[in-house]
Amino acid sequence: MARKPKLAVWKFASCDGCQLSLLDCEDELLAIGEAVEIANFAEVSRAVVRGPYDISLVEGSITTPHDAERIHGVRRASKVLITIGACATAGGIQALRNFQDVKEFISIVYARPEYIRTLATSTAIADHVPVDFELRGCPINKRQLLEVLLAYLHGRRPLIHRHSVCMECKLRGTVCIMVSRRVPCLGPITHAGCGAICPLYQRGCYGCFGPNESPNVSSLSDAWLSAGAAPAEVVRVLQTFNAAAHPFADGAAALATRRVNATEQGA
Amino acid sequence: MSAEATRTIKVNYLARVEGEGALTIRLKGDRATKVELRLFEPPRFFEAFLRGRSQMEAPDITARICGICPVAYQMSACHAIENALGITVDGPLRTLRRLLYCGEWIESHVLHMFLLHAPDFLGYDDALAMAKDHPEIVKRALRMKKAGNAVVAMLGGREIHPINVRIGGFYRVPARSELNQLTEELKWGRDAAMESASWMAGLDFPDFERDYEFVALRHPNEYPLNEGRLVSNKGLDIPVQDYDNHFVEEHVARSTALHSTRKQGGEYQCGPLARVNLNFDRLSAGARQVATSIGFTVPCMNPFKSLLARALETIHAFEEAVEIINGYEPPARPNVDVPTKAATGFSCTEAPRGILFHRYRLDAEGIIQDAKIVPPTAQNQKSMESDLRQLASRLAKLPLDQATLLAEHAVRNYDPCISCSTHFLRLNIEREDEA
Repeated sequence: MARKPKLAVWKFASCDGCQLSLLDCEDELLAIGEAVEIANFAEVSRAVVRGPYDISLVEGSITTPHDAERIHGVRRASKVLITIGACATAGGIQALRNFQDVKEFISIVYARPEYIRTLATSTAIADHVPVDFELRGCPINKRQLLEVLLAYLHGRRPLIHRHSVCMECKLRGTVCIMVSRRVPCLGPITHAGCGAICPLYQRGCYGCFGPNESPNVSSLSDAWLSAGAAPAEVVRVLQTFNAAAHPFADGAAALATRRVNATEQGA
Repeated sequence: MSAEATRTIKVNYLARVEGEGALTIRLKGDRATKVELRLFEPPRFFEAFLRGRSQMEAPDITARICGICPVAYQMSACHAIENALGITVDGPLRTLRRLLYCGEWIESHVLHMFLLHAPDFLGYDDALAMAKDHPEIVKRALRMKKAGNAVVAMLGGREIHPINVRIGGFYRVPARSELNQLTEELKWGRDAAMESASWMAGLDFPDFERDYEFVALRHPNEYPLNEGRLVSNKGLDIPVQDYDNHFVEEHVARSTALHSTRKQGGEYQCGPLARVNLNFDRLSAGARQVATSIGFTVPCMNPFKSLLARALETIHAFEEAVEIINGYEPPARPNVDVPTKAATGFSCTEAPRGILFHRYRLDAEGIIQDAKIVPPTAQNQKSMESDLRQLASRLAKLPLDQATLLAEHAVRNYDPCISCSTHFLRLNIEREDEA
């Protein structure tokens, strides 16, 4: 019998939710265990099989000097390295430190700042090592995770669309809440994959899958403002789970600049 | 070997826990000279970046502290902010929140009991290996887990980081017909949970007891989820807003998680065993009946039997979920009006792993000025270390691999969730014997 491919799952700074997505595949989990050798997956097993690994799934962002070193070891041990989730693909919500003074953050949370070793930034895995595929979402969608795993196991490209959440609403037949009810929604600039659940539940998309292929953040910001959103609210929603993803970060910065200019003109 | 030989047991990366941690135990003869849980989960600073965010964002942001129990974070955030604003979410909206929490308890408890903890009792590295010898047990567990997740996905929009929870209630409430689709599988789940509890009661539990102070919520007529007074078996009985007067957090060098203790009493234990011990009379009829049939009596002071406490709570959660759905009448509106005002609010809810405290100070525009979050694992750390200290004489008699396994097992009793290192674990058992 041919050797089973070795699967490893690695954790960096994260909430564990994306790797839990694999355990949430209740109907498929035992079949996955048959198809691959779970070679290194600490959340699930004590067993550790030495690399190299055929597929590594990497969750979390790089936030400590130790992790900035560790990721190179993971890359060297992995034939295919797939990053999963907003932390691994864009730095996650902990990238909010990138815009502020991390020392102040440490002093707010920890009584003894001298015990804490951390970097000033939270960065995506691809900022440190070459990545073969990035799967987005906070959290990732488990159907998409299975698709990516199956694709790499069979040596084909994963079928993951890079269009916006708007397309998913159309595909599901959800009436546009921004058009029909003027509910501010990040759907037009957000990467598809969740199944457009927020609009289905009568709330605007809050961008947890990060920017889509070619987002027009400036135009959507204007649409939010004209729907009655305060500029600070638009900046906040862009600066959440994918705060450091460039189109979102740039859009938030542009809006902040506009506010400063408007204040100066008003003065 | 000499009676005073020293040896060290080390687990450099604890498996089957959520997050990253390590454990070192140094043994001198049969005494532990050092027991140290080291949590190296990178700090993520949630309490810092909540400052300046809208009160309405708190449930979505704090959910990201933990992918295993996001509903717990959402519930504590909502209730703390509603407490500050002086609003009450009642009637069907309150009941739907309980239903959502039941879904998360089922998913999280079944994950821990079968995929993370049961392999310790049976000597497997993981549940996939266990499935080869016990396929029906594991398949039944996965189906139960799926039934819990289906509740969260229906009501919350998705299993992990649900999108439908908001201050004041929900964005959208389900129709009766939508909830009714869940009933049949939940009824199957209740029966499966009862059978599972009987199977678990037959496992070999290490003989171990300690004089714990158990802390949990207690509600006048419900098994505690979102509301109640904080009580203990050693005389604590306070409203949640007095939390800061009775509990203190300290920061130790080895850990990115803060250690929580009682100001007068020292360490304590929260979680399923604490809840069942303090609220046995509030468990559902089916859960109490199974407890009697498997001979589970309270107070239970054996932390290894937390597995059975979790099993009883799983039965309870299935039963309550069915009951809620049967009595559900959709509310007229999905949420109540949310005002803004400068105020401070508190909440403690029962996460699957124990009490989860949130405190927020809000300004008149609804912006968070200050936030404090105390997750259950931070509160249980000292108790885990003390359990290991008391196990030392037993660890000293075992070969290293078995000692390591037993020490890990003792830590996994607490279902430690380290990723909540707003504030957790690897094992090092050090012993310099055979010198």
